[in-house]
Amino acid sequence: MTATMPINDPPPLLTVDGLTKHYDRHVGCAAVSFTLWPGEVLGLVGESGSGKTTLLACLAGRLTPSAGAVRFRTRAGAVVDVHRVAEPERRRLMRTEWGLVHQTPRDGLRLDVSAGANIGERLLTAGERHYGRIRATALDWLAAVEIDQARIDHRPSTFSGGMQQRLQIARTLVNRPQLVYMDEPTGGLDVSVQARLLDLLRRLVSDLGLAAVLVTHDLGVVRLLSDRLIVMRAGRVVEAGLTDQVLDDPQHPYTQLLVSSVLSV
Amino acid sequence: MTDEIQSSADGRAAPGYSYGYLDAQTKRMVRRAVLKAVAIPGYQVAFASREMPLPYGWGTGALHITASLIGPDDVLKVIDQGADDTTNAVSIRRFFARTAGVRTTEATADATVIQTRHRVPERPLGPDQVLVYQVPIPEPLRWIEPREPECRRMHALEDYGALYVRLYEDIAHIGRIATSYNYPVMVNGRYVMSPSPIPKFDNPKLDRMPALQLFGAGRERRLYAVPPYTTVKSLDFEDHPFEVQHWETPCGLCGATDSFLDEVIVDDAGGRLYVCSDTDHCARRRAIRDGSATRAPWRDDTDGPEVA
Repeated sequence: MTATMPINDPPPLLTVDGLTKHYDRHVGCAAVSFTLWPGEVLGLVGESGSGKTTLLACLAGRLTPSAGAVRFRTRAGAVVDVHRVAEPERRRLMRTEWGLVHQTPRDGLRLDVSAGANIGERLLTAGERHYGRIRATALDWLAAVEIDQARIDHRPSTFSGGMQQRLQIARTLVNRPQLVYMDEPTGGLDVSVQARLLDLLRRLVSDLGLAAVLVTHDLGVVRLLSDRLIVMRAGRVVEAGLTDQVLDDPQHPYTQLLVSSVLSV
Repeated sequence: MTDEIQSSADGRAAPGYSYGYLDAQTKRMVRRAVLKAVAIPGYQVAFASREMPLPYGWGTGALHITASLIGPDDVLKVIDQGADDTTNAVSIRRFFARTAGVRTTEATADATVIQTRHRVPERPLGPDQVLVYQVPIPEPLRWIEPREPECRRMHALEDYGALYVRLYEDIAHIGRIATSYNYPVMVNGRYVMSPSPIPKFDNPKLDRMPALQLFGAGRERRLYAVPPYTTVKSLDFEDHPFEVQHWETPCGLCGATDSFLDEVIVDDAGGRLYVCSDTDHCARRRAIRDGSATRAPWRDDTDGPEVA
């Protein structure tokens, strides 16, 4: 898509405008606006309960926001309002144009079918009906996420937490989405596994030219992966900017607290 | 029809009473649902299933449909796993003979309405026949998606990718698609449908069948239909096409090589015999082979055309 566009001025991939989600009288997230360009990684940090996951679910089309709009530019160049488009089209977009990596791999995987079937499902849903090709693609992706290819017929329930998370990433990226939403992809993993996963994510993001929205409360992760950063608190954006700028020179008291709370060894 | 009990002297229902067990309101309701099902091939239509004088799982859904469709001019055949002489088949046949006084038969060719459990007759059906299937679980997505609203949404959106995951798993673990009965089919290129627990051997017979096919699930309160000459395609992969079962031995009784065979244990020494599951088909072939009769020996009513 970018080949036909002037290199300096690509149209935004995702435009979020005044996104608000109320749960009854509680605020999930309020008046969130930002723009994401192709190939860009946006970090979304904030304390537990600050509305990060709610925002992500609204962006990914899994939750209907109370107000505001999410506009997504498809590969074909059409700009669609994610929450106004008909459900069949939204489901298609969710499976071809973007993906969601859940915080808990168990939410994003089918635990009762093999790793190969997990990777193949998005292809099957997209209409692929050739077993041999699906199998070959699944093997390629297992290698890409550093899982032993011999385990293609094993169920993810027999995998370690880190392998499950990598399998989930393979399953999400198998049909090359433009954008991937990641909800704490390294949460719950031990530090050495986190480091490997981060390396892997960084490589995949740059190799595939993926755009990503990365929810985390680990500032090390955003420092490593994201170009820009949004800091949320109580459902609102309190600070936004380039990652290094926000982390090195935090302006909002909450961001200052967040940055100063990081332990350094 | 010597084994049938007649309800009234002339074998017809008494005038002034609703024909075929169900009351007129219920029959109207079921017929409306049937019409809707025929209009949307493969789509599961909800209907208000009534309590029937046999247990759920014995064919209450099909019984509703049969009772709503048969008239005094119909000839009813009931089969269970292909056989006319099993408990389920005999009970239902006698039920209609008794409550409706309808004529019954064991000859596939003579029947106008055939109620079936788990088989399609070997003899091709014609445009003047109706095949009514007994269905235990109408939802082909049931073992993939346990939530009913989500299943309905998947049907509405033609979201059938998850069904192929099951086929993928079969090939990955066993090397071929191992599902051998209740093999899901795509009807008219739109709805995925459970063909009821018929062996996949029978799936090709569903495709463009001249007879009307109706499916009733009493416990689940759903019915669906495949109108005559509708395309019915079994789900498969391009490099693993759909296949039916094959047997290395012919039928031990009639010698048929093209019918669905049941394995029967014949003695305590592990001796076994493969025989046609369609008893009418098998008996007719034997009668022809023996040369004695052009019709099955037990039948004393009018002749139907013989098997080819």
